[in-house]
Amino acid sequence: MGKLLQQLVNGITLGSIYALIALGYTMVYGIINLINFAHGDIFMLGAYIGFALTTFLNMSFIPALVISMLSCAIIGVVIEKVAYKPIRNSSRIAALITAISVSLFIEYVMMYFVSAETRTFPDVLAGKKINILNGRVILNSKDIYIIIITILLMIMLQYIIHNTKIGKAMRAVSLDSEAAQLMGINVDKTISYTFAIGSALAGAAGVLVGVYYNSIDPLMGMVPGLKAFIAAVIGGIGIIPGAMFGGIFLGLTETMVSAYGNSLYKDAVAFAILIIVLIIKPNGLFGTTAREKV
Amino acid sequence: MSAIKINKLTKTFGGITAISNIDMDIDRGTIAGLIGPNGAGKTTLFNLLTGMYTPSSGDISYKDKNIKKLKPYKITDYGISRTFQNIRLFKNMTVLDNVSLAFNHNIDCNIFSAIFRLPSYYKEEERIHDSSLKLLEIFNLEDKKDELAKNLPYGEQRRLEIARALAADPDLLLLDEPAAGMNPNETKELTELIKWIRDKFKLTIILIEHDMSLVMGICDKIYVLDYGTLIAEGTPDEVQNNERVIEAYLGRKVSC
Amino acid sequence: MKWFNKKNIKMIILVLGTYAISEILIKANIIDSYIEMNLVIIGINIILAVSLNLITGFTGQFSLGHAGFMAIGAYVSAIATAKLGLPFIAAILLAAVSAAFVGLLIGIPTLRLKGDYLAIATLGFSEIIRNILLNIEYVGGASGFNDIPQYTTWTWIYFMVVITVTVIKNFVNSYAGRACIAIREDEIAAEAMGVNTTLYKVLSFIIGAFFAGIAGALYANYFYFIKPDAFGFMKSIDILVIVVFGGMGSIKGSIVGAFLLSLISLLLQSVPEIRMILYSLILFTIMVYRPQGILGDYESSVKLFKRGGKLNVGNQNK
Repeated sequence: MGKLLQQLVNGITLGSIYALIALGYTMVYGIINLINFAHGDIFMLGAYIGFALTTFLNMSFIPALVISMLSCAIIGVVIEKVAYKPIRNSSRIAALITAISVSLFIEYVMMYFVSAETRTFPDVLAGKKINILNGRVILNSKDIYIIIITILLMIMLQYIIHNTKIGKAMRAVSLDSEAAQLMGINVDKTISYTFAIGSALAGAAGVLVGVYYNSIDPLMGMVPGLKAFIAAVIGGIGIIPGAMFGGIFLGLTETMVSAYGNSLYKDAVAFAILIIVLIIKPNGLFGTTAREKV
Repeated sequence: MSAIKINKLTKTFGGITAISNIDMDIDRGTIAGLIGPNGAGKTTLFNLLTGMYTPSSGDISYKDKNIKKLKPYKITDYGISRTFQNIRLFKNMTVLDNVSLAFNHNIDCNIFSAIFRLPSYYKEEERIHDSSLKLLEIFNLEDKKDELAKNLPYGEQRRLEIARALAADPDLLLLDEPAAGMNPNETKELTELIKWIRDKFKLTIILIEHDMSLVMGICDKIYVLDYGTLIAEGTPDEVQNNERVIEAYLGRKVSC
Repeated sequence: MKWFNKKNIKMIILVLGTYAISEILIKANIIDSYIEMNLVIIGINIILAVSLNLITGFTGQFSLGHAGFMAIGAYVSAIATAKLGLPFIAAILLAAVSAAFVGLLIGIPTLRLKGDYLAIATLGFSEIIRNILLNIEYVGGASGFNDIPQYTTWTWIYFMVVITVTVIKNFVNSYAGRACIAIREDEIAAEAMGVNTTLYKVLSFIIGAFFAGIAGALYANYFYFIKPDAFGFMKSIDILVIVVFGGMGSIKGSIVGAFLLSLISLLLQSVPEIRMILYSLILFTIMVYRPQGILGDYESSVKLFKRGGKLNVGNQNK
């Protein structure tokens, strides 16, 4: 029982990270039909920026987190303007290949400049052990921080989406961009905002992962990026609550497979879930079925 | 003698009923017209007949076979072919290849003879090539045979689509707005062409059209659809004078 | 014999002649073992690129998992030669058939998927294969499979390339090729015109995987050591870059692309990061400025990559 609760907490923590990254994927796909392969690399950049801020500028956790998020937001907007805008009227295959090229570019530029070795994140978030249930479950305060910060960010996101003008614009553009334009919405600006918010969330995830696992490397975005994408698909790509759900679901599943099954196969299980979802309900658990008009 | 028989055919998409309780019995060798306002469900009916949609209920009987659960390519094999409302040519294939493609399902050799270039492959390629050219000649497209389909002017694209549909060797041909975008002269030529191919290829034809001169000119029987139901059927004269039809079209003038 | 015409005879003489010349140069040590190794790499890349081109360029099925098929071929051949002591020809056949079988297994469930969803699913399959291989002790797991007998010679490579190109070229320039291209152009219209789209989509996967398996076998029995990470997503990207660079839907393009990109890799092998950065720039530039690659058909590439100006924004374009 204690072990189960422990694993549940681990799963939710991991799932929170996936959810934060998945939100960026899902928002971008919802608005411009692009699987932003480079999104996982923004997560990596967030970790490195957090690393640089805490190591070289001796910042504490919260300021580092905020600045990293802001930087990632800017980077996301720049990537969109430079790489994705030119191919906005191309097919999804072209967009995917372009996204892959951006991802490779970021990864290997980082590799070239900071080398492939892993760096250690300074311990800015003191990990305290908390005993609950008479010591049967040992929580690390880092878990609590991650879960709480994730919840806070998601609440903020929901507020932006549903209670601000830019959120309304984002929802409108993802439903019908031409109609949105006719209603006076600046589609370019809306897309930029979407990238900014999604990238900020990925950056936050990067800092949190750096803090939690203490090590970062230039290719750290690849696997979490793919897993977060799987999470977004599970929930229904383009659907924000779906990304949150998918992230937690995938985190829990992966943790359970690791704990009770064979941890070596956890990646394969994630991909297997992806394929099953794509085949049975491609629009995700929260999605509707679309149909091509003949 | 019945070419195709539709019995209480219904199709719903989620909450929307596109087609409701359609009964149709089309005689062999006739040209049947399918008319109705936009959104009445005409193309949906074609999609049901060709296997692209599966009916929610009802039956489709063709050559004494219930075809409602068959895949589209199988239905083409049995002899139903079609053109599309929005022209679906293979844009980056040549005119000749567009037509040749439709001969594929009748081909008498297999992948191995293609890969190893056995005699049966050459024989079939030659047969397809000659048959395709003959069809192109009928439609006055043979001198454009190496042109990419996307480079053809609109009227020729429509003709090519019909040629391609015929290459599939159908007994029942479904034409979805073949005269769309054509001027009166082209429409008149098309009218003659449709009559001619019906006779030459011994076809039954179902025709969706908005151009009433074409419809009233060559159809033996007309079916009128509105909001997914059949509101009238009969000869052109009968349908023209039907009050429900006139109402559905809001007093649209029919020219003779 | 209908194919015994002037054009084909010239081609046969050219192919055999080039082989003869290359053998002479190798024997005379003008082509040393280093150059030979690079020619082997180019040969394997040509087989990989042409086979991927069949799936993605000609049939329009976007596959990001080609390295998975290569992995199957490599490991099956390694097991067959190193553990079962089979002759090379048997190993290659087994490798190809195994990979083809996996192609069938992957082709069927992914039939209904399109575009980027299909790409991600194939990527998923490839990662599952890699993950499984990492965990099988019998083939070495993560530490890899060592001491594979080096049966691959230049002769093997040369004639496997010739066979691959000939078979795929003959397939594409036939009624079957027309069916595949029609599926790429408009799957619904193809189905309406009597094309069994399921059959051809799965067939292109099977044939593409078959030859990728051969490439894997040749690779394993030349470099005598293989490990699962060599057949990951990066490898699939490598092959994809060749196909896109050379031109989707152009066999000649894949051959030329394989040559050029292998040369670039060779020149940049001391700075692998720069090589990947360059690859990423090449991919990007082609997508934006020259979607047809070097030798591809402009028209079909535009179809594959552009949408005729309709803005790809929002849900309505799904």
